Amino acid sequence: MTAQQIIFMIVAAYTLGSALMVVTTRNLVHAALWLVSTLFGVAVAYALLNANFIAVVQVVVYIGAIAILFIFAVMLTRKDMRDSGPQMNRNWWAGAIVAVLVFAGLAFLLSGWSGFQNTAAELPAEFDAISLLGEALTSPQAFVLPFEVASVLLLAALVGAVYVAFNPTKK
Amino acid sequence: MSFWNDPLKVAADWLEGVFTGWGMDAVLSHVLVAFLGVFLLIALLMVLDIFLVWIERKVVARFQDRIGPNRLGPFGLIQPFADIIKLIIKEDTTPSGADKVVYNLAPILSMMSVLILWAVVPLAPVVLGVDLNVGALFLIAAGAIGTLSIIMAGWSSNNKFAMIGGFRQVAVMVSFEIPMLTMLMIPTIYAGSMNMNAIIGAQDVWFFILSPLGALIFLIAAIAELGRAPFDLAEGESELVSGFNIEYSGMKFGMFYAGELLHAFTFGGFWAILFFGGYRFFGLEQVSPFLAILILIIKAMLGYWVIMWVKYTMMRIRIDQMLGFNWKFLTPLAFALLLVTALMNALLADAPTWLYALGMFLANVVTGWIALEIARSATRKEREQVEGIKTPVEAHH
Repeated sequence: MTAQQIIFMIVAAYTLGSALMVVTTRNLVHAALWLVSTLFGVAVAYALLNANFIAVVQVVVYIGAIAILFIFAVMLTRKDMRDSGPQMNRNWWAGAIVAVLVFAGLAFLLSGWSGFQNTAAELPAEFDAISLLGEALTSPQAFVLPFEVASVLLLAALVGAVYVAFNPTKK
Repeated sequence: MSFWNDPLKVAADWLEGVFTGWGMDAVLSHVLVAFLGVFLLIALLMVLDIFLVWIERKVVARFQDRIGPNRLGPFGLIQPFADIIKLIIKEDTTPSGADKVVYNLAPILSMMSVLILWAVVPLAPVVLGVDLNVGALFLIAAGAIGTLSIIMAGWSSNNKFAMIGGFRQVAVMVSFEIPMLTMLMIPTIYAGSMNMNAIIGAQDVWFFILSPLGALIFLIAAIAELGRAPFDLAEGESELVSGFNIEYSGMKFGMFYAGELLHAFTFGGFWAILFFGGYRFFGLEQVSPFLAILILIIKAMLGYWVIMWVKYTMMRIRIDQMLGFNWKFLTPLAFALLLVTALMNALLADAPTWLYALGMFLANVVTGWIALEIARSATRKEREQVEGIKTPVEAHH
């Protein structure tokens, strides 16, 4: 086993352990904080794959925005933050079976793939992933249409949020 | 290659040679040397942090027409050590009902979010942690951890004032992240890269001259991100006692405090790197990396001084003013400036340097002027709605 594989194993175990804590901890704010820890583990996995940009964006978007939003939502909607209600509903075993089946299915599919055992290749020094990504996202030959559609979708969500929050009767 | 031209690499190679000479595995010694490098950088930063306390107290004293610490040692230089001894021997309290793990983790994360920034700071062309190709975005990512630490501190203290302070600070940070991120794009457009070293390398003309408005908006967003006056409503002594860190005592409070000072110094450094040429100063950085480090530290100190100057001159603003200022003025202005800059950059792509600089400078001035005019007419209308239309009265003598 190479050093990279050992590091990957540690990161993967940490990520999975945190993810398990998200669903098993009783306190909702703790669950949100464990989620942050999980997302951080995913960011480290991206960094191990030499995907610096994706790793940093993972931290900015998921930890900086979404996790903070979760914590806010929990704090603003719960009267008492020490939850004592039941944690699981009656279908927990069905969820667990689906999760195990999806994992087994993905593992089976990927084990047939030729790159299953490979480690990430060393990138050449002049390889500038981020400018290639930028060009791909803005080039008509590549992904400019999906990129623009996603932008319009986000804009629509933004307008919708403003519309919901806007109160024309006031003043 | 000598020690004076590339100190970091020479020292690392020498140490690795020593370690492998002891019979250590090559990979292990490489990892160990990397760890020692990180440890050395953090140790130096913490020592610097001790003196930042002294600098901050001395400068605020001059702004307030006092002398500042002057009893212990020459110019009161021993004062910060006395402060540290006091903080360490203070009772370490934990409020009842506090969430112990989260409560103790928050100051560590707060300090960490500052120290991690130094991984991408190029102190000299060859003296830097990692040459990350997304250096500018890394700044925002580290800020996300800082935001998290504050909400953790506010929530886990089991104190309503701490909670309100945490909410306020997070509102400030989440809001001002947007103009900051937008302004980070401006040096990126000029340099064609998000790499800190490349951004410095492209500054034959300081980006401050190309984009004074961008530098100003970045400074405002940085001050808000720091939670310093006029954006220190998270502390709000008059209403919240001390805000999110109200329940912290001893060195845990010290971590927040030292973290804030180092954060201010760090943002001074980033301001210098992004808009004032970083370690470059009339070719002096070519002479020796040590000179380059000195130049960057002096520039960072000047940036830190400006941040202190603002802090001790301005009044605290209310939260609705903060939100209105950000969302109705600063964010649209930042987006407009980004569009104008990108457009001008495309138009002036083939222009000579002097025309490029002049065009960019004028575009910034015009954008800022239009924004101020719009803001002025909008606020006048708002005032007229509240106070009724007033005609200016001629003064008679």
